Amino acid sequence: MAPVMKFIRIDKENWERDLQKLRRSFRLIGPVKADQDCLFKTLGEGEFPDFNFLNTRLSLKSLVLPQSENMFEYSLDQSREDCHILKEVKRNPTQCVVFGIRPCDAFAFLLVKPNFDTPEHEDPYWKQAYGAITLVGLACDTPCSTCFCTSAGCGPYHEEGLDVLLVPADDHYLAKAITEKGKHLLKAVDWDTETAPGVAEKEIEARRLAAEKRITSFISTDHLKEKVTIDLYDAPFWEDVAFSCINCGICTYVCPTCWCFDIQDETRGKSGRRMRNWDSCMYPLFTLHASGHNPRGMKIQRVRQRFMHKLKYYVDKYNNGIQCVGCGRCIRLCPVNIDIRRVGELMNNYKPIA
Amino acid sequence: MKNPYLPYPVRIDEIVTETEDKNLRTFKFVFLNPGDQKEFVYQAGQFAELSIAGKGEIPIGIASSPTEKGFLSFTVNRVGQVTTHLHSMKVNDTMGVRGPLGNAYPWEILEGKNIVIIGGGFAFTTLRSSIVYMLDPKNRSKFKDIHVIYGARTPGMLLYRNEVAQWEKRKDIHMHITVDVTDDPDWAYNVGFVPTITEQKAPAGDDDTYAIVCGPPIMIKFTQPILDDLGYAQDHIIMSLENRMKCGIGMCGRCNIGKEFVCKDGPVFTLAQLTDLPKEY
Repeated sequence: MAPVMKFIRIDKENWERDLQKLRRSFRLIGPVKADQDCLFKTLGEGEFPDFNFLNTRLSLKSLVLPQSENMFEYSLDQSREDCHILKEVKRNPTQCVVFGIRPCDAFAFLLVKPNFDTPEHEDPYWKQAYGAITLVGLACDTPCSTCFCTSAGCGPYHEEGLDVLLVPADDHYLAKAITEKGKHLLKAVDWDTETAPGVAEKEIEARRLAAEKRITSFISTDHLKEKVTIDLYDAPFWEDVAFSCINCGICTYVCPTCWCFDIQDETRGKSGRRMRNWDSCMYPLFTLHASGHNPRGMKIQRVRQRFMHKLKYYVDKYNNGIQCVGCGRCIRLCPVNIDIRRVGELMNNYKPIA
Repeated sequence: MKNPYLPYPVRIDEIVTETEDKNLRTFKFVFLNPGDQKEFVYQAGQFAELSIAGKGEIPIGIASSPTEKGFLSFTVNRVGQVTTHLHSMKVNDTMGVRGPLGNAYPWEILEGKNIVIIGGGFAFTTLRSSIVYMLDPKNRSKFKDIHVIYGARTPGMLLYRNEVAQWEKRKDIHMHITVDVTDDPDWAYNVGFVPTITEQKAPAGDDDTYAIVCGPPIMIKFTQPILDDLGYAQDHIIMSLENRMKCGIGMCGRCNIGKEFVCKDGPVFTLAQLTDLPKEY
């Protein structure tokens, strides 16, 4: 029988002192207010995570897949022996602890993992960065109206992807170590005040159920797997879905599970670097051949690609549910109100005309 | 595990201009570190990323055969930024090769079968690799009849002309060279588009006969119904696709057709596989 995970009580009055202690060996990252939004950033001396937020404007994907990242360096100086030869950039990711990641954003890393960590190849940049973070998740009691995590394989108290689940109470937090990494963290701060057996578990369970009930918006996915790819691809509704899209790409940038990237060389003088940058399937250049031919040259093809990837290709390829955690950012930030829940509904209910 | 994005450093050993328009050149590379050559184990049909520091990378089919030891060769059409720069490079210049990438032609299935190779234009590179591989004295007995239908716009646009002429003389391979047009009165081979010559020369399809088809979309479009008429089943027609690529290992996300990445799950697909996928190539 698996050992019962105990809840640890952390008194809020000691919170800042404890984080201060943790700061000696880890980089601390947490949500802070920025204008009207909340953003994750490295917490400097005297800065503490602000837990008074719904969800951050951006997910934490840039922690593992930075918007721009150096892969290699090179010299074009002919007098040098290593001229034109790419050299690996020294990577030494600092161990960091994230406080206050929402369970949906943490779960997103698990959906992205099978792309970067495969039996044939490992992406060393993604893997090392992911290995260097400990995720302390903040349970979600007040969802946004656009949250639909419970129907996207996730939930407001979802534990998969987290190392520690943190549940705020009046004058304390309740913490539950989910992984070995999480246990290690709790130990490092001497967070070891176990709650009385059964009491916290019952309370948390009740709060989880209440939080899940507060999520009233959903995506339909139950029939996606059985649909024929080509039928969905040829469905007539794409014209309508894509009509208002301006291909701005915001949906892909704010999405915690969108991982597409570009590789570019940037030279200054005689030295340069090969770097990777976020890319987006919303842009025609993403697929443009050197010949001028473009398999996704039209907007409708690109919009269809994004939804087909998330709700059909991913589902079929990894047998791991949809490539979406229901965070709702793409819905909130889309300038023309394209809504993945509606597209999911269209796809899930589609029946080709015989 | 090693960094899959790191190219092997190579030296350009030889550059051959293949075609009369000088737009196609074959680059022969030698590894700078001899150990790298042992690691680069490939089969005909695979590709690699050619990497030029400061310019970028391009996915190109490997034109040399695994039976040719000590070098790699690639035939490159001058069309974009990287290929244009590559065409300006000289023998002994240093650059990188990353690979081998993608799946080869299914050689385990092809052994013991009749092979019909159908190629057009500069898509003949991995087909050249395949022919050299099959004609190797160690391998020829593993295959039954070999037919090659290879077409170019004009005689001057044919790749590997000397080799093709040598193959023409052999008894163990049936060559059907063709050009779209020519005003050369001494042209000794066929005149006509690849689909037409396929119709006239290709053997009928059966369980023991596989066609490998590489060429421009227009050639493939018109060759496919001919192979249907000749009795080739869709899973006996093998094709190699191209798409814009960056990573070459199925991670960067752009070369997909449906759930398959051309770089990692392809570039070799049977026609049967492709009929279930969106035509985004």
